[in-house]
Amino acid sequence: MSAVQQLKHEGLPDGLARCWPDIAHDSAWLKELRTRAVDRVAKLHFPTARDEEWRFTDLGALRELNFEPAAAQKLHAPFADFERLIFPEAAATRLVFVNGHYAPEFSDTHEVPQGVTLTHLSGQGAVQDVLAARHLAQHADMHNEVFTALNTRLFSDVALLFIAPDVVCEQPLHLLFISTAQQTPLLSSPRCLIIGGRDSACTLVEEYVSLGEGVTFTNAVSEIVVEEGARMQHVRVQDEGHAAFHIASSTVTLARDARYQAINVTLGARLSRHTLGVVHHGPGTECAVDGLALISGRQLADTHSVIDHAAPHGKSTQLNKCIVDESAHAVFNGKIVVRRDAQLNDARQQSRNLLLSARARVNAKPELLIQADDVKCAHGATVGQLDEEQIFYLKCRGLSDAAARNLLTYAFAAEVVEKIPLVSLKTRLRAVILDRVVHAHASAEAA
Amino acid sequence: MGTVLLEVRNLHAAVAGVEILKGVNLTVRAGEVHAIMGPNGSGKSTFSKLLAGHPAYTVTGGEVLYQGENLLALAAEERSRAGVFLAFQYPVEIPGVSNASFLRLAYNTVQKQRGGEELDPLEFDDLVREKLKLVEMEASFLERSVNEGFSGGEKKRNEILQMALLEPVLAVLDETDSGLDIDALRIVAGGVNKLLNPGNAVILVTHYQRLLNYITPHFVHVMEDGRIVKTGGKELALELEARGYDWVREEQAAGQLA
Repeated sequence: MSAVQQLKHEGLPDGLARCWPDIAHDSAWLKELRTRAVDRVAKLHFPTARDEEWRFTDLGALRELNFEPAAAQKLHAPFADFERLIFPEAAATRLVFVNGHYAPEFSDTHEVPQGVTLTHLSGQGAVQDVLAARHLAQHADMHNEVFTALNTRLFSDVALLFIAPDVVCEQPLHLLFISTAQQTPLLSSPRCLIIGGRDSACTLVEEYVSLGEGVTFTNAVSEIVVEEGARMQHVRVQDEGHAAFHIASSTVTLARDARYQAINVTLGARLSRHTLGVVHHGPGTECAVDGLALISGRQLADTHSVIDHAAPHGKSTQLNKCIVDESAHAVFNGKIVVRRDAQLNDARQQSRNLLLSARARVNAKPELLIQADDVKCAHGATVGQLDEEQIFYLKCRGLSDAAARNLLTYAFAAEVVEKIPLVSLKTRLRAVILDRVVHAHASAEAA
Repeated sequence: MGTVLLEVRNLHAAVAGVEILKGVNLTVRAGEVHAIMGPNGSGKSTFSKLLAGHPAYTVTGGEVLYQGENLLALAAEERSRAGVFLAFQYPVEIPGVSNASFLRLAYNTVQKQRGGEELDPLEFDDLVREKLKLVEMEASFLERSVNEGFSGGEKKRNEILQMALLEPVLAVLDETDSGLDIDALRIVAGGVNKLLNPGNAVILVTHYQRLLNYITPHFVHVMEDGRIVKTGGKELALELEARGYDWVREEQAAGQLA
């Protein structure tokens, strides 16, 4: 109980501090990890707008709600609701979690090929225990990030994906995290550990959605390790309900000659924050990290990324696009670090932002920290609106105002969307953008 | 004589408070080709864009009837669906949208309005490949983004391709000859000629006579300071080519004195 008292004192929302799940059945190493996590939660404070890294993202509304850690429960959703979330390409290579708990009734792994482990780790004596013990919480920064520490104390089932060395997995793999809205707002703590073994290759979709309207809080942590010479394509989609809070961190560690391609799509949540870190640990690594946020209403979507070149001969490209409508607010803070001995790196960052209404806001900030002297670094940021001449051109070919605006909005997003390796997901996103309801006031403001 | 498609009466229009059109009168019937010529700044392009419904222009007087209805009451997209087509002087580039999907979207939108059959991508592909021949375009044009990186000639051919797909009743070709070499000019003009029929009409807005070597107009109008000041047959274009526009101005001045 003393820990709880201390947490309250440090300003953690009451609901979070109220009940900690039982960890009696955890393995010894995990218990030890949980204890350290609680210790960090107690010592770290809950961020406020006074923290530089949280300037634009006010968590006041989140603090006021009495969230409770979500317990395991059966999902009572009509199958049709669920079915639309399945990708035909990954129909039998998927794990589903409901409120952070593994949901075997919705998961299907019977086509997972040999050499690929797609499973959940529930904390007690699994075969993969050794692997998890070696990597879990070794990459994500629990020491300084209160939400990572909180997740580490609270997660129940870890989504574990391991591609054995030299295995090329052709089928895309799907990790689906569903939040369900309840009477009491629930805190879900999804946790992913993804390891691409030496010279392996895989494509992965990590997706967060909600079923039902209502307030939810997802605090997700993903640790991704791409070992020597391995290749990984990673699509992350956040499409939670518009009353949801979504705070997540992804930490990617690249070993020598690893290739990592990420596409991070943000559509949902009332408030979302994605903290993305890619560390180029070994020489000769390459990453391409793209982002797309499409938000409206009063949504806030915050992406903070750090691409850290810690070894020589690396390459990174980053294209981040935000499409902001109505009174929504997008934040992009893109930091690139090239460390002292990390010579001959090539880092490029583009931040492109489209405002669809006069009240839409974006704060885009590149941040370069270059300590090596023989590197190439380039960055650019633009903020613009739809081009009225393009709209007129399309109307002259019969398209309605809404169809013209949506097509041009799609054209803006296409550079990112078209890179998505799953046709079904690409088609879904295309439809989301092209069938958007264009609000009359948005057009009036733009005119 | 064909039925009257377009009736412009004493049209006045302004952009940003400056009056550009100062009383245009024009009647276009089905089956006719009209050329509107004139020096830069005479109001030709304003007139074209205004007919298409560009929001930058404000009509300050007069009226425009299209097939007997008030054209000015229609939004740009409604005019297009009703059969008014503007081939742009500077076709707009739309990176990120493939030409094929743009053309199909436009085609299906207009078809839907006209009660025609909408086509899926495969059916549309057959249709568009047929139409491509009209403007001697390669199928690879379809995969590229709309007008992005197109040469001047490619952009204009793409405009005529759109005209071929949308089958307008009244096509306004705004400086379609500008930026074209002789080969492209012949291809574009050839495309337009094949699209002419007794039920439709074309207004060619041009600075030079050379397009008229390939598309024969029934009427040539000279626009000057926001008005049509002289109308003649195709020989008027040759005279303008040979003598420039000054004599028209002088003639007009003399006429006003008399």
